[in-house]
Amino acid sequence: MILYDYVLSASCYKVRLMAALLGVRLDHVAVDFHPGREHRGLAFRALNPAGTIPVLVDGDLVLTESTAMLVYLAHGTAWMGGDTAVAQAQVQGWLAFAARLGASLGMARLHDMLLYAADIAAVRRDGVACLRQMEAHLVERRFAGAIWLVGDGPSIADIACFPSVMLAPDGGVSLDDYPSVRLWTRAVRSLAGFIEMPGIHRLHELKPAPEAV
Amino acid sequence: MISQAVLGEWYPVAMAALVDAAGRRTLLLGQEIRVFRDAGRIRVTADAGDLAVTERFGHVWACPGTPARALFTIPEADHPGRRLVDCGVVRVKCSPLRAVENFLDIAHFPFVHTDILGAEPHTEVNRYDVKIREEVDEVWATKVHFYQPQAAKSAEGGIVTEYMYRVPAPTASVLYKTCPAMPGEWDVIAIFVQPLTEELCDVWPWMALYDDVTPQAELIAFQQMIFLQDRSILENQIPRLLPLDPGMESPTQADLTSVAYRRWLKRRGLTYGAQMVAA
Repeated sequence: MILYDYVLSASCYKVRLMAALLGVRLDHVAVDFHPGREHRGLAFRALNPAGTIPVLVDGDLVLTESTAMLVYLAHGTAWMGGDTAVAQAQVQGWLAFAARLGASLGMARLHDMLLYAADIAAVRRDGVACLRQMEAHLVERRFAGAIWLVGDGPSIADIACFPSVMLAPDGGVSLDDYPSVRLWTRAVRSLAGFIEMPGIHRLHELKPAPEAV
Repeated sequence: MISQAVLGEWYPVAMAALVDAAGRRTLLLGQEIRVFRDAGRIRVTADAGDLAVTERFGHVWACPGTPARALFTIPEADHPGRRLVDCGVVRVKCSPLRAVENFLDIAHFPFVHTDILGAEPHTEVNRYDVKIREEVDEVWATKVHFYQPQAAKSAEGGIVTEYMYRVPAPTASVLYKTCPAMPGEWDVIAIFVQPLTEELCDVWPWMALYDDVTPQAELIAFQQMIFLQDRSILENQIPRLLPLDPGMESPTQADLTSVAYRRWLKRRGLTYGAQMVAA
């Protein structure tokens, strides 16, 4: 499987992280997203007409949405979040929620870091609304004795939402006000096989060095 | 009031290849400027008129006052066989001087660039040489040795890397490090820092490497990965401005380059982004 990848992309990291947690090996092709804007060029659009990254290629299959890649990688495992109607519907809800995180916290990060044009006050405000919603949900989950977004174990719902949340400070949005969200990010970072990206550090004090992927 | 010493320096304001007629509106020392291409020539303008401009190392450099001297040189930029890599811009909410100081620091490698530029338990920074080379008025650190798990994109496995560091301008630094692909030569990596304000900067990493193999996108990704690991650290440093006078801080042997850099800034009056009250 080949992942067309960019090291600073939260969406690409989502797929790298899922693969690492599952022990699936990916071959990487680096895309010059910044400053080269290679993803907007004709050659890349022949692969993905939307001109977005990541792209996952497995034989004849070409996937261009990161959440679809999570489903493809995790199919048939406990990472799908359970097979009841409720659980599957809830997972789908969080996969869609991850897109909201990307459009708000993710865009704030691109604005602050790589100088993308954005209404920074508006995207930060939307990001805070998302974080408040997550905090409320995770508080309820903790009262019920759970830590993950859906069900009893980590799922693609957690992996889909984790990168944009963890990188929120890169876009000038602090996580200080969301203790349950922060506890949840610790839970994700303590998973066996967890890998880092710039801006997302491992739990140095808890974990031995992860295997290089 | 910004001092003549600060105004007389050269600062990077754009990646030359990306400057078009529409141009880039940005800040330099808190003042609005525009960088644009006019009949093939790159111009940098402010309210008061055109700034002195020079194009070098893939970037556009501007001087907001009267240039005190010519832009520094990097002779390796002209070596045949080297690949020159423009890495784009990254904005960081920190003092431009702190961005440079962080670039000069080795001791953080195992903790911030874990398993790449350093790894526990190999955390010791051995003694190295630092001096201000009066004849060129630059800060130099030499004979810096450090164990690195993956020193460069072209490195296979851990090696002891030798470094030299150089500060030729207040907001630019150049490092020379062991070249895994060509023993006896140095890879050259620089950061050019544009001071937007005293607490905000645009950082333009640039490289001149011997590496005919690695795709351009991977070279850029490697450098961006390293620099972005630093970004969250830089944005959380306190005080925001770089203190030039010793106070509560206790520098160790590993901080000699930083000490020399701060002393050099103070001596030359390059205090934009610095705090003069002891911290």
